[in-house]
Amino acid sequence: MGVTSVVVLTAAGNGTQRFVSQEFSSLGTNLLIVVPGKNETTGALPGMGGVPNDLTLGDVRALERSLRGLRLVVPQAMGNDTVANGERRRQVAIVGTTSDFQEIRQLRMTEGRFLPPGDMERGAAVAVLGAKVATELFPSENPVGRVLRIGGWRMRVTGVLAPKGRQLGLDIDDMVMVPVATGMRIFDLSSLSRVSIEMAAHTDLDSTKARVLSLLAERHDEEDVSVITPDTVVGALNEILLALTLAVAGIGAISLAVAGLGVMNLMLVSVSERTAEVGLLRAVGATRQQVQRLFLAEAILLSLCGAVSGIVVGWGIVRGFVALYPEFPASPPAWALVSVLGVALLVGAFFGVLPARRATEMDPVAALSGK
Amino acid sequence: MNLDASPPPMIELEDVKRVYSVGENPLVALKGVSIEIRTGEYVAVMGPSGSGKSTMLNILGCLDRPSSGSYRLDGREVGSLDSEELSKVRRHEIGFVFQSFHLVARLTAAENVALPMVLAGIAEEERRARVAESLESVGLSQRVNHKPNELSGGECQRVAIARATVMKPRVLLADEPTGNLDSANGEQVLQLLARMNADGLTLVVVTHDPNVGRRSDHVLVLRDGDLVQRVPGPELQPDVLFETTP
Repeated sequence: MGVTSVVVLTAAGNGTQRFVSQEFSSLGTNLLIVVPGKNETTGALPGMGGVPNDLTLGDVRALERSLRGLRLVVPQAMGNDTVANGERRRQVAIVGTTSDFQEIRQLRMTEGRFLPPGDMERGAAVAVLGAKVATELFPSENPVGRVLRIGGWRMRVTGVLAPKGRQLGLDIDDMVMVPVATGMRIFDLSSLSRVSIEMAAHTDLDSTKARVLSLLAERHDEEDVSVITPDTVVGALNEILLALTLAVAGIGAISLAVAGLGVMNLMLVSVSERTAEVGLLRAVGATRQQVQRLFLAEAILLSLCGAVSGIVVGWGIVRGFVALYPEFPASPPAWALVSVLGVALLVGAFFGVLPARRATEMDPVAALSGK
Repeated sequence: MNLDASPPPMIELEDVKRVYSVGENPLVALKGVSIEIRTGEYVAVMGPSGSGKSTMLNILGCLDRPSSGSYRLDGREVGSLDSEELSKVRRHEIGFVFQSFHLVARLTAAENVALPMVLAGIAEEERRARVAESLESVGLSQRVNHKPNELSGGECQRVAIARATVMKPRVLLADEPTGNLDSANGEQVLQLLARMNADGLTLVVVTHDPNVGRRSDHVLVLRDGDLVQRVPGPELQPDVLFETTP
């Protein structure tokens, strides 16, 4: 159990890091995400605590105007609502954003155009559909130019995206994009959900992050937003994983101690049942050390077998998880496998000492008669 | 030039006592036994239960040490050796055959025979050759890969004899080797032991069976920890175990 938890946990940690890296690398490493809320003291992910001030379209314009080195500044207001084409309905994520969303998310169109460029305060009644939404709501016709309803709002479809899959936790294919002002009106939002910023090439990430924070702090009279970079996400997840690792390490240590006691008991029974065999070994010339080594080796082997079984079970759980969620590339790192085998070896050796010593202390004459 | 034609002594016990502590009272198992067994001799040790036969065999096999007295094996004092040295003596100089065979149930006949060689660190190639030779010498070449539960009692005892002799010991000690066998298998085992003795192996057999004793060169009769009689095997009387005086 200890070995299995170590394998599963390290696989989860490893998978998370790779997942986050993959997600960010698919969008480029020069990406910043600004979210409302500041919560650095507890180490939880930003946006998950505290009472954030509004992040507004005015902030977006200020960032565009005042800071150099920002190639794209893309606001997003998000919510969930029912989208309907006649009787066909689907509950999907709605993202209110601007035309730059297409570029920053590297999206391609299969039909029509993306959201129109222009004043972000102007909320046109248009929508762009993700590939899955389009096929679900318009199974046998081209949606471009057709009208659909989002909640109580009527929108004209201007385009359909090419299939893309998940990106930073969003299923692009099962999403509808509307102009940002429209999105804020649909969901009656005063604050944006986030602002994605793509920096120009060769711009320093840390200094840009500092300038973004400083500008918004100046506008809000306090530092009340967080800027997420790939490193922040990995760091925050690592903190959670560290806490989880410590908990599982505790469970693992207890399990290993229990397993060690199990090995010791099993070996004590084995020594007791094989008393005559010990006597025979001594009679045919085995030294005390040889008998001791034999039983120690058996204890270690037993322990290693347990560890290998634990690895197999852990590996099975991880593979099962990956089969269910293929986008999450979990796999235990090699160091974890080597470590658990090493620890199992030590546990076997430690808990095998007493039974082995008991075997060596047997009087050969008495042992031969099974006493 | 040596005019004495008799072979040199292989086993010499001199005033050997073995005392066990049982509670507050010491239990004297051997009361000062002195014997001499010459190289290549076939000796049977007889006596009633509790007479000290097994104690003497354990001392001769270096499984136990005398409380006092001297034990010389092939001229070397072994009674005072430490545990490690005694293990080496058992490994190289002495072979054991037990009444209940003491084969390891999960090992094949070949693996059981190879056991002493594994402990002695003999290379696998040589082990394989010597196992084949030993099993052939006891007539079990066809039973190499059989486990003890697939062998008859007589075959098990022959595997045990092959194991006891595979290290080419100088002395073979047998504790009631036919005790668990029917008469036909017992006869086969006795003939095998006699053949090995004829090839030069010094043989000491503990037995209750006068028929076994009569095949030996000499019979040592023990009673209450004392050596009470030493008679040539062929002259052994059937009622030897019931006599009360030397």
